[in-house]
Amino acid sequence: MMSSTAPTDLPAGDEDGDMETLHLAATAASDYASVASTFDPLLSASPPSPPTPAAFPLSPASSSFVDPPSYADVAASSPHSASASSSASPRSARAAASEYTFIAVSDPAPEAEPAATSLVPGSSPTYITYLVISARRGEHRRHAVRRRFRDFVTLADRLAEAFRGHFVPPRPDKNTVESQVMQRDEFVAQRRAALERYLWRLAEHPAIGPSDELRVFLQVEGKMPLPSSTDVASRMLDGAARLPRQLLGEETVATPQDVVQPAKGGRDLLRIFKELKQSVVSDWAGVKPPLVEEDKDFLEKKQKLQDWEQQLTSSSQQAEALVKAQQDMGETMGALGLAFIKLTKFETEEALYDSQRIRAADSKRIATAAVKASRACRDLNTQSVKYLDTLHEHLGIMLSVHTAFFDRSSALLTVQTLMSDLASLQSRIEKLEAAASKIFGGDRARLRKVEELRETIRATEDAKCCALREYERIKENNRSELHRLDQERKDDMLEMLKGYVASQIEWIPYPNPRRVGE
Amino acid sequence: MISAERSQSQSPRSPAAAGAPFLTISVTDPVKMGTGVQSYISYRVITKTNLPEFEGQEKIVIRRYSDFEWLHDRLAEKYKGIFIPPLPEKNAVEKFRFSKEFIEMRCQALDLFVNRIASHPELKQTEDFRIFLQADEEKMDRARSYETGIFKKPSDFLQMFKDVQSKVSDVVLGKEKPVEESTPEYEKLKNYIFELENHLAEAQKQAFRLVKRHRELGQSLADFGKAIKLLGACEGDSLEKVFSEVGSKSEMLSVKLQREADNLLFHFEEPLKDYVRSVQSIKATMVDRANAFRQHFDLDQERKYKELNLEKLKFMNPEKFSETEVEFRELKADSEEATKRFEHIVAVMEEELARFQEQKTADIGLAFHEFAKGQAKLAKDIADAWRSVLPKLEACSTS
Repeated sequence: MMSSTAPTDLPAGDEDGDMETLHLAATAASDYASVASTFDPLLSASPPSPPTPAAFPLSPASSSFVDPPSYADVAASSPHSASASSSASPRSARAAASEYTFIAVSDPAPEAEPAATSLVPGSSPTYITYLVISARRGEHRRHAVRRRFRDFVTLADRLAEAFRGHFVPPRPDKNTVESQVMQRDEFVAQRRAALERYLWRLAEHPAIGPSDELRVFLQVEGKMPLPSSTDVASRMLDGAARLPRQLLGEETVATPQDVVQPAKGGRDLLRIFKELKQSVVSDWAGVKPPLVEEDKDFLEKKQKLQDWEQQLTSSSQQAEALVKAQQDMGETMGALGLAFIKLTKFETEEALYDSQRIRAADSKRIATAAVKASRACRDLNTQSVKYLDTLHEHLGIMLSVHTAFFDRSSALLTVQTLMSDLASLQSRIEKLEAAASKIFGGDRARLRKVEELRETIRATEDAKCCALREYERIKENNRSELHRLDQERKDDMLEMLKGYVASQIEWIPYPNPRRVGE
Repeated sequence: MISAERSQSQSPRSPAAAGAPFLTISVTDPVKMGTGVQSYISYRVITKTNLPEFEGQEKIVIRRYSDFEWLHDRLAEKYKGIFIPPLPEKNAVEKFRFSKEFIEMRCQALDLFVNRIASHPELKQTEDFRIFLQADEEKMDRARSYETGIFKKPSDFLQMFKDVQSKVSDVVLGKEKPVEESTPEYEKLKNYIFELENHLAEAQKQAFRLVKRHRELGQSLADFGKAIKLLGACEGDSLEKVFSEVGSKSEMLSVKLQREADNLLFHFEEPLKDYVRSVQSIKATMVDRANAFRQHFDLDQERKYKELNLEKLKFMNPEKFSETEVEFRELKADSEEATKRFEHIVAVMEEELARFQEQKTADIGLAFHEFAKGQAKLAKDIADAWRSVLPKLEACSTS
């Protein structure tokens, strides 16, 4: 009985280490071979190995995003540990080059709100904190800090501000517990895994990895060191207070540092209104704005990414359906095996005739093979989930791409608005000068107004230059990120297919060639 | 019954060893007849034989499901103790009734039905069987409506009457529950049959589900393959090619899965279903046996009772004696007949059981073999398909 040689010619493509799966595959394969060789002496031999391509086990309360194994689990056999794989996958290369060599999120523990006044004595609102351990490249020591989910949100906000135009990895969703069907513990476990993945993605980003924001988040102990944004309400209040002054012309223009930030969510209500008007004018009134997006390369890429995203969405849906179908197959195969085992047991015990015993032996072989196949299915599922999950990940990346493109368009809008401002200021000056020149001896009031306006123009020019610089900066970020994404996308997709196909081969026991066709 | 018009031409398929008796029957060509609510499926039943009891070397008749039912019911009535081969289910959900699959499976099951009868030493010689195989359609129609109408045969009434009688005597004699045969061997057999049915039904249910899973997986593989191809088209260049390959393989495997689903349905699930039906047929025979036993037992009790009375009467009332004696003799004859009937059933069942087990072992063994073969081939196809793609994936570069 030749034990299957399938594991040894396993392609090096299975580079996520997985030494343990290799071993399991070997035993599964040789089991099938042994069943094959002893199957059915009555009829011409043919291996009974049942089946089937893999099935995915759906995680218990999966939404549209399937949870892959956490990085901590994968880390055991991942590129971060000493992997025996000969060819490094692009992903492992990225991780190996990242700023941090180790990141783990663990130990969810409840803490009470510090200044909480509890209406019901004995119960105070609690939140969960997580232990975040990290080690930076080149440093030996590990840092350990406690952070709560709110802190992660803050980190995400700060990064969004600091890295406009970049594809900033999206953070895990907030979803409140009450909207969940699953238990608290499961929710916490899923969140922990999601937070860990999030930090890894941040670390692997070429611009964000080395950033101060991330470093401070990971290393500074105690209270969260990054400023949390003030709530929108007070921002709006501030803005409302400024508005009358702006309208009266006293506080005329946004200061240069302000224009670097997008208008929305800021305190400058007037600016928000102006930019809104500008976008309406550009979009609906058909008036060509003074500066337009002309970068053909960009526009082309944008279109292509839209197509890509559409296909990605449909592919990830199909992948999910495939996972479910494969899981169902494995389950039913197991149930079938179980039913036959019961039948076998029954026949063996209650047999009245010898022919029944023979039959019992047959059904036992089938049953055993079916149960084994069901187990192999389960294992293959885990593998397949890991690889096909790339599709989901890239959907997440597309979210950050949209944000980055939005950064660009809002920066452009700011520039356009300022340019229209300048144009209208200029025309006001011309009108005033024209009117003033008609009056003999000059019009002191008007001329003074003209001077004021010229001042405003100068300030607006400065602002416009800032805004333009910012716009160019964002454009450049977009460009380099697009370039990076192009490569990453190709690498990831190829790796995904390789891994998926390789795991299919590995986990389907290859029937002993001697037996087939005998 | 040799028909005068017996054809002299030898059919090309008659056995080389001319003279060896053979009887081959096939049920084929299901055709939908009629319209609307009254539509039904008709089948061609082709009989080829050299047996003298039959009307010719080859006979083709058209039959429908109720004709098969007629045959089954007639045989079940007349040949108690024999496990009459089971029929496929009578009713079906309306929309399913004319699906290609359902019709094919029913045709297969009906073919099996007649062939089992043809290979049963006793059943194949019955006149009912010959009528079924040879009567023209009109005659068949008449025979069928006669039987399946509300018009019941006289013997049915008699039987019902007798049942009531025995129930009454039960009460009279102070027995609350009907008497059952309860030898340890028979008890064991009864238990075995009932439990076997449960286990088989469960196995068949799972087998049916497995067929469904194959279809579902096939469908999702096809959808996935299509989606992957479109995804690759966005990339262009070398990536597009490998994506397209992976997509095509997915689609190809989807087809194989659908085929395996069909294979499983016909060669694995259906035999299991057939097994369940056969066990149910055995249960029907067991009911017959129980009835026969009760009759025998009741009549026997009655006879004993009457015998005692008779002895008394001999001395006490000689005139009444001769009258009663005649009655008694009749009763004795009935009782002996009932006992014989019962014992006949018991003996026949013995033989039938042995035959049944042998045949079932062969049938199920074949079904398991088909299952294993099909699954192994599927696994190999899947592995081969992916193996052929992997080198291309690995050779592909993204830079």
